[in-house]
Amino acid sequence: MLEFTEGHEMFRNTVREFVGKEIDPHADAWEESGSFPARELFSKMGQLGLLGLTYDERWGGGGSDTTYKMILGEELGRCASLGVAMAISVQTDMATPALHRYGSDELREKYLRPAIAGEMVTSIAVSEPDAGSDVAGIRTRAVQDGDEWVINGTKMWITSGTQSDWLCLLARTSDEGGYRGMSQIIVPTDTPGFSVSRKLDKLGMRGSDTAELSFDDCRVPVSNTIGEPGRGFQQQMAQFQDERMIAAYQMVGATELALQRTVEYLKERVAFGSPLLANQHLQYSLAEVAAELDLNRHHNWVTVAKANRGEDFTREATVAKLCAARLGRRMADLAVQYHGGMGYVEELWPARFFRDARLWSIGGGADEVMLRTLARMNGIIGD
Amino acid sequence: MNVVVCVKQIPDPADPGALDPNTKTLKRDVKLILDESDSYGVEMALQLVDTAGGGEVTLVSMAPNSEVGGLRTALAMGAAKAVLVSDEALAGSDALGTSKVLAKAIERAGEADLIITATESSDGYTGTVPEQIAELMGLPSITFAKSIAVEGGTVKVQRQTEAGYDDVEAPTPAVVSVTAGVVEPRYPSFKGIMAAKSKPVDEVTVADLGIDASQVGWAGAGQEILEIAAAEEREAGTIVEDDGEGFQKIVDYLAELKVI
Repeated sequence: MLEFTEGHEMFRNTVREFVGKEIDPHADAWEESGSFPARELFSKMGQLGLLGLTYDERWGGGGSDTTYKMILGEELGRCASLGVAMAISVQTDMATPALHRYGSDELREKYLRPAIAGEMVTSIAVSEPDAGSDVAGIRTRAVQDGDEWVINGTKMWITSGTQSDWLCLLARTSDEGGYRGMSQIIVPTDTPGFSVSRKLDKLGMRGSDTAELSFDDCRVPVSNTIGEPGRGFQQQMAQFQDERMIAAYQMVGATELALQRTVEYLKERVAFGSPLLANQHLQYSLAEVAAELDLNRHHNWVTVAKANRGEDFTREATVAKLCAARLGRRMADLAVQYHGGMGYVEELWPARFFRDARLWSIGGGADEVMLRTLARMNGIIGD
Repeated sequence: MNVVVCVKQIPDPADPGALDPNTKTLKRDVKLILDESDSYGVEMALQLVDTAGGGEVTLVSMAPNSEVGGLRTALAMGAAKAVLVSDEALAGSDALGTSKVLAKAIERAGEADLIITATESSDGYTGTVPEQIAELMGLPSITFAKSIAVEGGTVKVQRQTEAGYDDVEAPTPAVVSVTAGVVEPRYPSFKGIMAAKSKPVDEVTVADLGIDASQVGWAGAGQEILEIAAAEEREAGTIVEDDGEGFQKIVDYLAELKVI
């Protein structure tokens, strides 16, 4: 079981205060514009050490245990723009773990250190128009020419894509098919041949920008390869576990807040002569969410404990993301339903939460991919 | 430059607990946090030390049960060390008793160029402790500072007034009380939080400070709380339905109050 110290509590206060002062007051404007000033916000977060909590102090990280990261995730989940929370998570847990884990010292000095300091904005560039959760289907290709990779292809649904300084790109670097012959390559976005094809108009998560990116004979040094050439898929799969867990921490924080806010609303809202919360059906449906939320939170603790011990947590991360996303979506649906007409207009929070939470079962590997992974792990598969 | 900041650790205003009907004082056996009104003084002290290019910020606090929760927050912000006075004999101390203890604790904290306090605490609100400390220590006192600068042996303060501010100065060391909200207190950073765990907290008793226990706590209190009563409940407001003439009703109401 995880143990929480005074330091953890103080850290939670720091993040909650930061979110309350530096994100929430701007959330409506950022949602409206479809983007937020990542460099400005990340720089403040970098100064507080929030962007590289578990990373090696050698690169400016905090050298902390994963418990701190879970607290960061839970508190970011409570912010008024989950799109911004997602973009922060891309910086901390989706675009940088592989570089931290497998990158050369030169690459870590040049790209990881400024990402941890919040001086550079990063994106993870894996998905393509024809390959989302099916990572093995990617077509973007990097062909070696001397000491350079020449990259051609398209990446899709890239968070912070319009304002990134560098991408953690997954590309095919040999003709081996399927899971073989891919590499992770750092691509600075000022490289000639790189362009943002378009900013995408999304259902939710509108506080941060999402883009389609194009690579047209884009040349970067072969030394920008993270880890071992040809092992990109495997390295990315490890990186996905961090992505799924930071998402699961956020889902727990966000769902808990949505539950609290819904209860508060139902206490105040009078219909048919009494507060709506007097209705036993509403009480029980929310109590069910509370029960499952406990299970999800405690499951996250188990996962964090494994991470703290340096053990593999692929199975736990898969379960965490699948279940927390589904609970979050259910809570979002209940929030809209129980707020009635006010749940359907943008004046209150449920409408945005409903749109945002929908992504949780799609991004970072769809529910169906989580189920496929679990089916395989449990031998529930027919040949 | 060395700055001492007096900080109070109080029950969380978001979950303030209750008054003890016997002692008629706030129950303090709960977890205590840094009084927000002291976070401005801590921030100002850290900025002064930064500007001076050297020195350190020392915290001084008086709290029951060896409480350090609030101190750790201020240490995580960047203060170097703390003196905590914790002693059962201090229960029931009035403002003057508190000032006597804090004055001695400040002396124990080492030589200071400046002593910073809040104008008043968020739980007691007597607003008299800063001046009493100054008197007991024989130091000049400046109140309601909105900005502080130390040049040579002089502290220059903009003292907030209803009309604006006065420019006042005094020789250092001096006791300066800082108005809440005049600076933006920094967030404790992750590294600050980690470092705070190992920063020294010098916990002392009344006897360690050379104070006779009869001078403080219930025994030494020169004032007594005779009665406490719940604040009157606020009356429900008036709801004005806007039938197109709602503004007139508001105007009439304000006129009735003689505010327009």
